[in-house]
Amino acid sequence: MTQQEIYNILKEKFGDEIIEFSHELPSDPYIVANRSKIDEICLFLRDEENLNFDYLVILSGMDYIEKLGVVYHLYSIKHKHRLTIKVFLSKDDPHIPTVEKIWRSADWHEREAWDMYGIIFDGHHNLIRILCPYDWEGFPLRKDYKTPEEYHGIKVPY
Amino acid sequence: MSERRKIEFDYSGVDTDRMRVNVGPQHPSTHGVLRLEVELEGEIVTEVVPHIGYLHRCFEKHAEAMTYPQVIPYIDRMDYISSMNNEWPYVIAIEEMCGIKVPEKVEYIRVICAELNRIANHQIAVATFGLDAGAFTPFLYLFRDREWILNLFERISGGRLLYNYFCVGGVRGDVYPTFKEDCLDIVRQVRATNKEIMDLLIYNHIFVERTANIGILPVDVAINYGCSGPVLRGSGFPYDLRRSEPYSIYDRFDFDVQVGKGEVGTVGDCWDRNIVRMREMEESCKIIEQAVAQMPDTGDVFEAIPKKIRVPKGEIYRAAENPKGELGFYIVSDGGQKPFRVRPRATSFINLSVLPEISKGYMLADLILILGSIDIVLGEVDR
Repeated sequence: MTQQEIYNILKEKFGDEIIEFSHELPSDPYIVANRSKIDEICLFLRDEENLNFDYLVILSGMDYIEKLGVVYHLYSIKHKHRLTIKVFLSKDDPHIPTVEKIWRSADWHEREAWDMYGIIFDGHHNLIRILCPYDWEGFPLRKDYKTPEEYHGIKVPY
Repeated sequence: MSERRKIEFDYSGVDTDRMRVNVGPQHPSTHGVLRLEVELEGEIVTEVVPHIGYLHRCFEKHAEAMTYPQVIPYIDRMDYISSMNNEWPYVIAIEEMCGIKVPEKVEYIRVICAELNRIANHQIAVATFGLDAGAFTPFLYLFRDREWILNLFERISGGRLLYNYFCVGGVRGDVYPTFKEDCLDIVRQVRATNKEIMDLLIYNHIFVERTANIGILPVDVAINYGCSGPVLRGSGFPYDLRRSEPYSIYDRFDFDVQVGKGEVGTVGDCWDRNIVRMREMEESCKIIEQAVAQMPDTGDVFEAIPKKIRVPKGEIYRAAENPKGELGFYIVSDGGQKPFRVRPRATSFINLSVLPEISKGYMLADLILILGSIDIVLGEVDR
């Protein structure tokens, strides 16, 4: 199934929650969705018979300078089709429902997105830092991140 | 053959305390700086909490500050024992964005290098897995053979581990005149040693007793956790990007996708994951032989390399079959000299996340084996 067809199915099912479909070569096509029902959309994508996206390839946090984002790359092992979903979040309120119960691999990906971008996944059972030390401050992959002077008395930019 | 199952003891009437034990980060059998917080009841593992990040080198942040070709050496340092494979999806993604068609000869060089590197990676995986199980001799044999491959890579790229050999539109240097003969020599040597390893290690009764029916990973759990590579194929699911979505020229070669069949235990146990790696080495040998036979002798490997890389605005995700699984790069470009974002799909990171799930109920000594059978590289877990 092409991404255009999947977009049509989603648009019919979820209406305003699905915002747009973008396909400009040489880019990969992607769908932009609203954040509020992203868990329901993902569950539908996984369980619907002819979509069957049972494999979360990667979940990436993003910083688009004026806003944040989460990008889901999905793959269906059965039907061999791919899908990219983008969700934009404002920097003042970076909340989004978790999908860790739909794909267990999202657990660590979401922790990483929290660690690096400060995106809060509502409902995640253990949203703590994963790559940085547990008491690290700030979100290193944000574009406006300033490296701290020191960490526990150790000079950072040495 | 083996009868061992998950051990469940009735502790009623026995006064035991649950104990939290720290394994690593400085421990030879954690294959790097991985720290496992293990909760034990007697000798039985009841909970595993991996703590990672000791080798975090801010790859993604670095990539945003580098131009596109400058990122490649950093990619080498992610999974530092299969660097050739690492570079591939990154250059494929950029070539696709820029619309660069790679010369025929380059494609063959890339396939041969990637498959040789796959053999080298699996040699380390099997060798260290044997070491975890207490078999020291196969480790020496496999590392001796790996030297042949590293010597060949040193001749073509100048590096033994970190090659920086693939570049956008081609490779950094042409192969030397006796390259093909050397590849076939390596294939012969690998086959001879692997035959020996099969007798010495894989079907060794002690090894089978140690690894069969341990760390069973059912296929639905593996897919839900996003596992790929030998970890997923060991569970009996034939998912291989070289076959399901052939990139480069993999549609020209005849090879089998090896899966675990539960020959000595249950499908998806440690032994199955290991045998998949052993058999994949043979498949790689087959691909190398075919590629050497088909590879054109003449051709300019530099002709498609652009003087200046201008990646148009947009985003792309491209993946390749790494020895450890699906390695992909999600690259976002804003049209400038530097990538806006390079996000790797780090295979080891995702494969490691299944460890707490599959190691519960086994002995502490088995936990080390299960970790070894997943074949992680901490450079890729932490990036």
